[in-house]
Amino acid sequence: MTGIVGYGTKIPRYRIKVEEIAKVWGADAPTYKRGLNLNEKSVPAPDEDCATLSVNAALNALKRAEIDPADIGAVYVGSESHPYAVKPTGTIVSEAIGACPYVHTADLEFACKAGTEGMFIALNLVKSGAVPYALAIGADTSQGAPGDALEYSAAAGAAAFIMGTDNLIAELKDTHCFMTDTPDFWRREYKHYPEHGGRFTGAPAYFKHVTGAVDAILGKTNMKPDDFKYVIFHQPNGKFPVLVAKKLGFTEQQYLPGLLSPTLGNTYSGSSPMGFAATLDIAMPGELILLISYGSGAGSDAFIFETTKRIEEVRDRAPKLKTQLDEHKIYIEYGTYAKFRKKILVPN
Amino acid sequence: MQVPRYWREIPKRYRLEAAQCKKCHNISFPEKFSCPECGSQDFKTIKLSGKGKISTHTIIRIAPEGFNDQVPYGMGIIEMDEGPRIMAQITDCDPEKLKTGDRMIYQFRRIREDGSTGVIMYAYKFVPDVGI
Repeated sequence: MTGIVGYGTKIPRYRIKVEEIAKVWGADAPTYKRGLNLNEKSVPAPDEDCATLSVNAALNALKRAEIDPADIGAVYVGSESHPYAVKPTGTIVSEAIGACPYVHTADLEFACKAGTEGMFIALNLVKSGAVPYALAIGADTSQGAPGDALEYSAAAGAAAFIMGTDNLIAELKDTHCFMTDTPDFWRREYKHYPEHGGRFTGAPAYFKHVTGAVDAILGKTNMKPDDFKYVIFHQPNGKFPVLVAKKLGFTEQQYLPGLLSPTLGNTYSGSSPMGFAATLDIAMPGELILLISYGSGAGSDAFIFETTKRIEEVRDRAPKLKTQLDEHKIYIEYGTYAKFRKKILVPN
Repeated sequence: MQVPRYWREIPKRYRLEAAQCKKCHNISFPEKFSCPECGSQDFKTIKLSGKGKISTHTIIRIAPEGFNDQVPYGMGIIEMDEGPRIMAQITDCDPEKLKTGDRMIYQFRRIREDGSTGVIMYAYKFVPDVGI
């Protein structure tokens, strides 16, 4: 058997409301809230970045996995906001959790799909027997250009999963990928903010790839939407995942537990992995979960997991995602947000 | 800070690695050449739990270079549950509300960077232990 032995998340404490951003740019907040189903988003503190969120999420995953971190043979960090252009985030994470030196590490990048890319590689690596455990992390401190629609959703957070072959909390049943060359969102080298294709990010990009991955894995496994207790989609906003869920025949009961973007925002590489973690926080043994990511560029990874009895034993050993999301929030105004996200020019 | 020094201190800065005297079991953080209690030079490496409480603290309003974007922030001596006291920045909170005895927990955070082209330094900080 191959699957997940531990998972953990990290969300910054700071939040900014849609109204606060709209006020600065003269936009109509109700339009954004209603149109994109977004209310607020997480904001990283000045001392948080992709590496710190990854480490703190991974340490929570270790609390649930109860393994010696030195037994982790591979660490993969998926992000589009790695702190260095050249120097791996994975080495920082591996060193901080105590996995060094006998560990293979790589940083991955595929817009919002980089987190599940790491999960795909980690699961197949432990399945092959190459390493006893592999850690996969999706983490981002994403940036939207000031005033752009993305500024209302670009958020920060991380989810970490330790894969193994015994003491599983969720067994991997199957995977499938769906990928084409579709330039719907990109960031060129040396550029601070990404560019996107506006409405082109919808039908030919998000919806085509998510639907393609779901259709493919359901066809491969001869399953149908009502076979699953839960489903988690990538969440660039609060609207797209709901639309695609309904289009594919999934119900509110299936997608709501993993739908975080209305109060979290889009955590990019962390987005669908964090929705998956929130679902694991409430899932009972023997339940089937369908996870589908989406990364611009573009592609989707689909996974089917079945929870085991161990899920109930370990879930309280680390903070649950909803606790991190809903409790002890610190709201900031746009000026503080602009300072935290280094949008203000200051002398050296 | 020089890169080699930062690199040398990674075990304690990242993982809170301390030295426990094999003779009297006293724990030193950071590690010492000889045990301050019994003078032994025979230690084993242990990892602190990352949990403790505020022993004393202050609020930094005029920050050193590299910390200006975080003022006001708490700076305190955290008494770890294992005994050692660690001076550290206290983040993710209103520093005006901190008080002696408050429970604190380790977080891995960015400390500073050597300009826009230099190395980024990471280490422990502490946050109020509110279960998140």
